[in-house]
Amino acid sequence: MADSLSRRRRWTNRIMLTLTGVASVLILVPLTLILSYLMTAGSGAINIDFFTQLPAPVGEEGGGMVNALVGTLFLVLLAGALGLPIAVGAGIYLAEARKSPFANLVRFIADVMNGIPSIVTGIFVWAWIVLWMGRFSLLAGSVALAVMLIPMVTRTTEEMVRLVPRELREGGIALGFTRWRTTLGIVIPAARGGILTGILVALARISGETAPLLFTAFGNPFMEWRLNEPISALPLLIYQYAISPYDEWHRLAWAAALVLIALVLVISLLTRFLIKDPHRER
Amino acid sequence: MNAELQPSTMAPHRPSRSPGAEAEASALPPARELESAVEATDFSFWYGSNQALDSISLTVPARKVTALIGPSGCGKSTFLRSINRMNDLIPGIRHEGDITLHGDSVYRNDRDVVQLRKSVGMVFQKSNPFPKSIYQNVAYGPKVNRLVRGRAEMDELVERSLRRAALWDEVKDRLDSSALGLSGGQQQRLCIARALAVSPEVILMDEPASALDPVATQKIEELIYELKHEYTILIVTHNMQQAARVSDYTAFFYMGRLIEMGRTQQLFTNPHEEQTEAYITGRFG
Repeated sequence: MADSLSRRRRWTNRIMLTLTGVASVLILVPLTLILSYLMTAGSGAINIDFFTQLPAPVGEEGGGMVNALVGTLFLVLLAGALGLPIAVGAGIYLAEARKSPFANLVRFIADVMNGIPSIVTGIFVWAWIVLWMGRFSLLAGSVALAVMLIPMVTRTTEEMVRLVPRELREGGIALGFTRWRTTLGIVIPAARGGILTGILVALARISGETAPLLFTAFGNPFMEWRLNEPISALPLLIYQYAISPYDEWHRLAWAAALVLIALVLVISLLTRFLIKDPHRER
Repeated sequence: MNAELQPSTMAPHRPSRSPGAEAEASALPPARELESAVEATDFSFWYGSNQALDSISLTVPARKVTALIGPSGCGKSTFLRSINRMNDLIPGIRHEGDITLHGDSVYRNDRDVVQLRKSVGMVFQKSNPFPKSIYQNVAYGPKVNRLVRGRAEMDELVERSLRRAALWDEVKDRLDSSALGLSGGQQQRLCIARALAVSPEVILMDEPASALDPVATQKIEELIYELKHEYTILIVTHNMQQAARVSDYTAFFYMGRLIEMGRTQQLFTNPHEEQTEAYITGRFG
């Protein structure tokens, strides 16, 4: 009896281990497929021109995507500048206020915003900013990306600040620090690595967003960086080139996708690096 | 039956540190006759509808070590945290009665809690150094409270605090490395140094050695023994041998009430109350 029970347990253990192992392998399949396909399809079109030249007119060989690279950079930086102070501030507030009715409301709204399809965000920003300004623009694109960024970073910041042990906060309070001093001087630095990770993951996410930019940044075949002018972005260009009928553009779209993935990869690696907080090692 | 137990059968676990210590201990007057640092009068405390303390009245003598003992949930930590109002952070609390620090009410309406917590330092069960360097851990309190002027003065204060906490020799060559790289015992002594740096009068210790190995524990106990010449120390401990070793006075809490307080030696060898005797002889708790 006891023997059959223990045998059953051993088998259950083996089966569960196998199942989770298989799941781990399966998760790698799409990733490796995407990466290897991108490498073969896209790397051929990547050269110096790709990073330095504007797109060539239809029918001409060569050309690059420098406008889209610059555009994505500007869009993401501006979205960060607009959204991060709000998001980090709100996240800290939520972690501090915890159960207050207002905090619950804000948390609920952040979760709802997180669930809004990005195309809806794009239309919303189009209705409010593009129509108001009378034109597509870098500003409108950045606002759309910021609207996506804010709920993500708010929630990750809250989680990270909450993870700081209560003892650490009490240590500050017991020294006669005020609450804001304890939060800003002790709790936030302790959560710094986690907060930065959340920020970088969110920036990586929005740098690949296409839908919010369709009706806001719109795209631009020329170099542009003015706030009130339409601007290009890597995902927009991929979309535009991929649905075009030209083989040359298809190749460039693959290359752009490869660059975009590489960008996200670099940000992820940066995240790994930043997590290694010098005061966290043991 | 209890009355038949002779005091000598309950060996006092008090290894004297010096021949004088034993004499000193037996010569101690009752706590009420000494200058008092902290005094509680009919102090009751509630977490929501749950009463944690019931009419506690007790006198903590200045520049002595007073131990609070009792089983888990008896209210000893709650009482400790009522003195520097750490419980203020918890929603839904209320209290009756009063606690005074040198005759000045801790709970009066216009009390500056920040000032209060500067004069009443605290050391926690789990060592909680800030994720900063060793130097910054000690310097942060004085910096925020603007206690010193200039780098040289700060260096001196940091060194003095670390020396008092018996940590200086172990860390003087790596003041700028992370406090989290220290051992558990060192971290706890760093937390004591951090508390000392803002010049408190009273130090509250909430089971400061319960997470430490015997060697580190001994160092903390020796430190407490040194510090009592200058500071009033209240220590909550589950370890009765520790209470007997380090404290001059002991208060026994049970179910939110103060059962008995007296000289440690007397309380451990000849308690007045049956409940105290039952607890210290290990029959419950």
